[in-house]
Amino acid sequence: MGDAKESPRISIRNLYKIFGKNPEQYVDLVKQGMTKTELNEQHGHVLGLKDINIDMPAGGIMVVMGLSGSGKSTLIRHINRLIDPTAGEVIVGEEDVCKMSPGQLREFRRHQTAMVFQKFALLPHRTVMDNAVYGLEVQGISRTQQLERAQHWVSRVGLAGFENNYPNQLSGGMQQRVGLARALTNDAPILLMDEAFSALDPLIRMDMQSVLLDLQKEIRKTVVFITHDLDEALRLGDKIAILRDGEVIQQGTGQEIVLNPADEYISSFVKEVNRGRVVLVETIMKPLAEGNPGEGPAIAIGTTLEEAAKTMTDANVGKAHIVEADGKIMGSLDIHEVISSMVTPIGHDDAIAAE
Amino acid sequence: MSWWNEFPSMNTATLRAVKKSIDESFRGFTREYGEYIELFFEPLKQFLIWSERIMLNSPWPLVILAIALIAWLASRNLRIVIGTVVTLLLIGYFDMWEDTMKTISMIFVCTIMAIVIGIPIGIAMSRSDRLQSVINPILDVMQTMPSFVYLIPVVMLLGIGKVPGLIAVVIYAIPPIIRLTNLGIRLVDKDVLEAADAFGSSNWQRLKNVQMPLALPTMMAGINQTIMMALAMVVVASMIGVQGLGQPVLKAINSQYFTLGVFNGLAIVGIAIIFDRTSQAFGKRLQKHQEVVHG
Repeated sequence: MGDAKESPRISIRNLYKIFGKNPEQYVDLVKQGMTKTELNEQHGHVLGLKDINIDMPAGGIMVVMGLSGSGKSTLIRHINRLIDPTAGEVIVGEEDVCKMSPGQLREFRRHQTAMVFQKFALLPHRTVMDNAVYGLEVQGISRTQQLERAQHWVSRVGLAGFENNYPNQLSGGMQQRVGLARALTNDAPILLMDEAFSALDPLIRMDMQSVLLDLQKEIRKTVVFITHDLDEALRLGDKIAILRDGEVIQQGTGQEIVLNPADEYISSFVKEVNRGRVVLVETIMKPLAEGNPGEGPAIAIGTTLEEAAKTMTDANVGKAHIVEADGKIMGSLDIHEVISSMVTPIGHDDAIAAE
Repeated sequence: MSWWNEFPSMNTATLRAVKKSIDESFRGFTREYGEYIELFFEPLKQFLIWSERIMLNSPWPLVILAIALIAWLASRNLRIVIGTVVTLLLIGYFDMWEDTMKTISMIFVCTIMAIVIGIPIGIAMSRSDRLQSVINPILDVMQTMPSFVYLIPVVMLLGIGKVPGLIAVVIYAIPPIIRLTNLGIRLVDKDVLEAADAFGSSNWQRLKNVQMPLALPTMMAGINQTIMMALAMVVVASMIGVQGLGQPVLKAINSQYFTLGVFNGLAIVGIAIIFDRTSQAFGKRLQKHQEVVHG
C-alpha cells in the first residue's frame, strides 16, 4: 500500500501529568520544584510526568525506555490523548493534540495514528481478518476495500492462511502480529507501540523486531515505541529517550547513550549492553590523508563494530577503510581498535569512584 | 409506661384516613385515566393475541418442528433437541397442549418485552454510576416485593386479563436482564475498550462493536434468568386471568385435585427445562471465542 501521507514529526513540549482529584491546582507547585514524593505525601496526588520535552523524528523510530512506573505508558497515551495532560503541548505536524475538540480528536485518531498494545487488546469475538479491518470499519470505508487493504497487511506480517481464525486459537506472537496488522491496515502515518513485544518470548520478540524493522524500511512511519528493555531500545531506536520517575533523564541516539551515559542510573543499564551491536564504525575510525585509497575491504558508514569485525576476520585482514554511500573514502579502521571498543570500558560509576 | 410495652403507633383513625385517601386518589386516577392507559397498552394486547393465535392455530407437528429447530439453532446439541421433542410430545399426550401453547406464547411475549425494555436500561446504567445507584434499589424492591402485591394496582388500572398479567410478569422478571446487562458491560476488558478508542470509535461504534458483543454471554445469563422468573410468575398471574398452565394449577389448589396439579406442574417444569438448557447452551456458544486457549 503506497502511503501518500507524509509522516509528521511529534514534539512534546513542557508536558506535565498529575493524577488525583485536583491536578491543576498542583502544577505550579511541581513547576516550582516540588518532588514526586513530596506531592504524594503532602497532597495525595501522584506525579505521572514532569516537564517532558521530546522531539520525535518524522519517519523514524523513537523509543521511550523506562522501567515500570517510569511513566512511559502514560507518555505514549498523550500522543493520541487516551490520557489528557495536566499541562503542556503535544504537537503533531502543525496541530496541538491537546487542543482538539472530541470530534477532531476522533478524526485524528482515525486517520493519523494507529496503536499496538502490550496485551494485544484484540476483539475476541472477531476473526483475524475482522480484527485487522477494525480501523477502516470505524472510518466507514466499504467492506470490499477494507478486506483488500487488510489482506495485504495480514499476509505481510505472516498471517496468510489464518484469516478466519479467532485470536484465542493463536499463540501470543501471532496475536501480536494481528495487532500489528490491525495498526498497519489503518494506514496512519503515526504508529504507537506500547510495549508491543514485551509480552512475547525472547526469540519471538527478536523475530517481531525484525518484522518491524523490515516493514519500517518500506513504510517510513513515525513510530513511537515503548519498552523496558534496553537491548530492544538500541536495536529499534533511531532515537531513544530514557524515562525515570516521570522525567526524561537522557535522550539521544543509541550510540550516544551507550558511550556517554548521563548518570549512574543509565550507566548501570548500559554496562550490560553489547557495544559491538550499537557503536558504529565512523565513531572510532581514524581519518585518512587526502587521496589515500585505504587498505583492506571497504566498509559502509553506519555499519556496527560487530559486523565490521566479522568482515575483517572473514577477509583475514587487520585493516579496512570506511566509505560513504557514494563510495567516498572517509577513514580507516584497525581491528585492534574495533575489538577494544567492543569491550566495555571503565564504567561511569567506576570513573566516578576513581575521581 | 404503655409506650414501652406497646409500640406507639399512629392512631387507628389517622392511619385509616391515610390508607383511604391513598386508595381513593389512586382509584380516582384509575377512573380518570384508565381508558387512556388501556388504549396505550392496546398494541401490546394485539401482539399477545396474535402470538397466541399463531401458537394455537398452527398444527401441532409444525409447532414441535419449529421449537425443535429453534432449540437446534441455539444449542447445536442433539440431546437438547431430542429432550425438547420428547417433552412436548408427552405434554400433548397428557392433553395439556393448548394450555402449554398459551403459556409459551405468554413467556415469549414477556421475554421480548423484558429484553426490549431491560437492555436499554442496563446500558444506560452501565454508563452512569449515579443512575446505577438510583435504579439498583428500585430493582431490589421489584424483586423482593411479594408478587401478589403489585397485582393489585395493575388490576385496578387495567382490570383482569392478558395485559395486566403481562405487566405483572414483566415487572417481576425484568431485573435480571437489567442487572446483568449493566454488569456485562462494566466487565468488558478495559484494554480492548482502550484499543477501540485509540482507533477513533464513536460512542455508538464502541457499544456496537465492543461492549455489546463482549457483554453478550453475561446478558444471555440474564435472559435465561428472566425466562425462568417469567415462568414462575405466569402461574401467579393466572390469578388475574392469565390463561395457560397456571389456571389448572389454581383450580387444582382450590378443589384439591392432586393429579391435575402435579401434571400441570410437571408441564411447567418441562418447558422450564427446555428454555433453560437451550438458552444456556446458546450463552455458552457465544463464549466460545472468549476463552483463553493460549497463554
